[in-house]
Amino acid sequence: MNSAQSQLSNQLNLQQQQGVKQFLTFIMADEEYGVDILTVQEIRSWEEITVLPNAPEFVKGVINLRGTIVPIIDLRLRFGLPSTDYGPLTVVIVIKIEFEQGSKIIGIAVDAVSDVYSIVEQDAKAVPSLSESNNCEYVAGLVNVGDKMVALIDLQKTMNI
Amino acid sequence: MSIDLSQFFEVFFEESFEGLDTMEAELLNLVPGEEDLETINTIFRAAHSIKGGSGTFGFSSVADFTHVLETLLDQIRQGERELSTEHVNLLLKAVDCLRGLLAALQADQATDLTEANALRMQFEHVLEKKDNVLESKPQNEAVLSTSNTYQINFKPHHHLFKTGNEPLYMISELAELGELKTTVFYDSVPDITELSYDECFLHWRFFLNTSHDEKAIKEVFEWVEDDADITVELCVRSFDDEQPASISDHNHDLVLSEQPEKLEKITTLPAKSKPSSNKDKKVASAPESTSIRVGIDKVDSLINMVGELVITQAMLNQLSEQEITSTTITSLKEGLAQLAHNTRDLQENVMRIRMLPINFVFSRFPRLVRDIAQKLNKKVELKLIGEQTELDKTVMEKISDPMVHLLRNSLDHGLETVDQRVLAGKNPVGIVTLNAFHQGGNIVIEIMDDGQGLNTKKIKEKAIANELITADSNLTDNEINELIFMPGFSTMDEVSELSGRGVGMDVVKRNIQSLNGSVEVTSAPGIGSTFTIRLPLTLAILDGQLVKVAQHTYIIPLISIVESLQIDITKVSRVGKDLDVLRLRDEYIPILRLYAIFNHQNAIESLDKTLLVVVETDNQKVGLLVDDLLSQQQVVIKSLEANYHKVDGVSGATILGDGRVSLIVDISGLIKLSGLKKPGSQELTIETQATLEAL
Repeated sequence: MNSAQSQLSNQLNLQQQQGVKQFLTFIMADEEYGVDILTVQEIRSWEEITVLPNAPEFVKGVINLRGTIVPIIDLRLRFGLPSTDYGPLTVVIVIKIEFEQGSKIIGIAVDAVSDVYSIVEQDAKAVPSLSESNNCEYVAGLVNVGDKMVALIDLQKTMNI
Repeated sequence: MSIDLSQFFEVFFEESFEGLDTMEAELLNLVPGEEDLETINTIFRAAHSIKGGSGTFGFSSVADFTHVLETLLDQIRQGERELSTEHVNLLLKAVDCLRGLLAALQADQATDLTEANALRMQFEHVLEKKDNVLESKPQNEAVLSTSNTYQINFKPHHHLFKTGNEPLYMISELAELGELKTTVFYDSVPDITELSYDECFLHWRFFLNTSHDEKAIKEVFEWVEDDADITVELCVRSFDDEQPASISDHNHDLVLSEQPEKLEKITTLPAKSKPSSNKDKKVASAPESTSIRVGIDKVDSLINMVGELVITQAMLNQLSEQEITSTTITSLKEGLAQLAHNTRDLQENVMRIRMLPINFVFSRFPRLVRDIAQKLNKKVELKLIGEQTELDKTVMEKISDPMVHLLRNSLDHGLETVDQRVLAGKNPVGIVTLNAFHQGGNIVIEIMDDGQGLNTKKIKEKAIANELITADSNLTDNEINELIFMPGFSTMDEVSELSGRGVGMDVVKRNIQSLNGSVEVTSAPGIGSTFTIRLPLTLAILDGQLVKVAQHTYIIPLISIVESLQIDITKVSRVGKDLDVLRLRDEYIPILRLYAIFNHQNAIESLDKTLLVVVETDNQKVGLLVDDLLSQQQVVIKSLEANYHKVDGVSGATILGDGRVSLIVDISGLIKLSGLKKPGSQELTIETQATLEAL
């Protein structure tokens, strides 16, 4: 047990040294996005939500996460994508983001969870800055996994609400 | 035999700090020339117990320092010396210094004795000066200036150790008084088989050559007077003659041989205490949060309630074992009602434990005011009203700094100098009033001064210069005054030592807001200004009325609800573009449509099908339009800010019995949000959100 653990942590260390990080990816409007798996707290299904008055459109409301009040962000709306209906298949990824003032726990509603990839961070390519659209600033970089492209999300910027 | 003293340290520190507070408060009451003996006695007693305690625990730096202070006090007490302002100032400085020393000891840090030594010099200087002035007791002078030899017999009773006393401490204290020769007698030490380790079989004779008087010697043994036979005699013979050489030498060896063992014990003490003091270290930076003093009556009532709770629980338990019939169900319901009652009582009482009189904050202000007034060369009288108003401990700790700031501000900017006051035809002594009282579910603290008031013109100019407002902004005087809470605002032309750096008022406001409180300023030129702080009594729990607004459940704090009613449509009239006002008895109540303010769809809009909850805040009443009233319940306040940010009109969230989140309505925030500003004061003014944002 112990040796297995140390092996695992060794492996993790090694991976970190080589700049390898694991990313959880999810699907939104047929595109794949990734977040650092270490920020992910849990994955929940959509549940009834309490609406916050006068909140921006992408803030759907708050839920009770075992006694903590956690806001839920509709990432589609945040990224300027058309919204869809929420159903039992809608997934909420609960992530913990470190801000300067401390960490915050926020849920993001996405279409579906996809996969976990090991990605070398240096391989990420910058987003081409052609478009004036402000949605690109939320993407930290683009990486290729096989023949797919995954957009890595800059959580600090995205969730700075 | 050796007791781990470190376990009592915390108590000692607490008591000492309390003693220092008492000393400080009483010192401020002292007016030279008309001093009250009882006041001086109180101060003396406080100093004395600090000295005694620190001596016992081996904090000699504190004990020594307190000793000189005590000497001065004693002389004043005995009427040997007239109290002067100089003395009071010196004593106050000493209190500060002691506080510093004790805090350092508590935090297990090295004590910085430079200040203490400097003060001690001053004390000694004062004490010496006295000797020259004094005529009434010339013999005293003689005693003090020449040294005498005393023979002291100290024969402790066998049980001395059991009372927690350690002769060695006394001996070392004696040694500090002067040159000490010690003879130990071990004739009563029994055979080794009968030797009991926790009894004292030794007794001593000391020859002490000292400049102190008999009283100082007796004081060393003050704590063991009843546990030992003690005689102190003045020897006629000089010190050196008094050596029955052979015995003394012999015994001396014995003393020496015994001492290392005992010394070892002492030196091991700090080592033993280390783990615990390390634990305390983190806490030391905020020592006031480590413990709380609770009246025994509060604890007793808690115990009673827990007793009742246990009985109810037993009753319910018994019922659950019986067969379920209609009668058992009735008694079950009764039992549950009782349980609810008990729980509620218990909760209220537990919360009350956290409540302390605001005096804990107020008590440090007389000193502060005195110091600042001296520095600014102003004459100030501080009035404290409502010191017994109770407030949650956490709130209290956090409100102290903002209050200090506001108070300084009043003294520095608000009050004029003596000359200016005389010129303005005012009493040369300025009055600053601190007033605390409960209002609804809030505590209100007012800081009033009768100074010059805020300089509205100057504030406006400054605000325009800082681009906080534009030159053509049309603001009332009150709105301009509120600008001082904006970041980076100071009208003082010169930066003074106390205030005027432009950081502060915005920080004050932010701190108070972080406690869910608010701060306001009102001012009248030439008459004075008033800062009003409003704070919730407690941060944790609230009685709430659940209401329905367009499918959403909101909670209105029960404490702010005046009444709930169905609207009589004939008494509603429309003022301005979209504000409805209800005439309720002799008042006009503006109607706030919650669904509109919160931007919810599908609410019932017609006034006659909805309910109006009349709430009061800041002395103003408004009616909140809701779809329906649901149940009332206690809710635990959860922060929205923790993972999100402040939502206007909402003070927090809570979790309902079914696990859903419900939002708690913040009435004053709601009024601001609605654009309705201060109704009921003079006239209704409607202000658009745009102007607010322009600020």
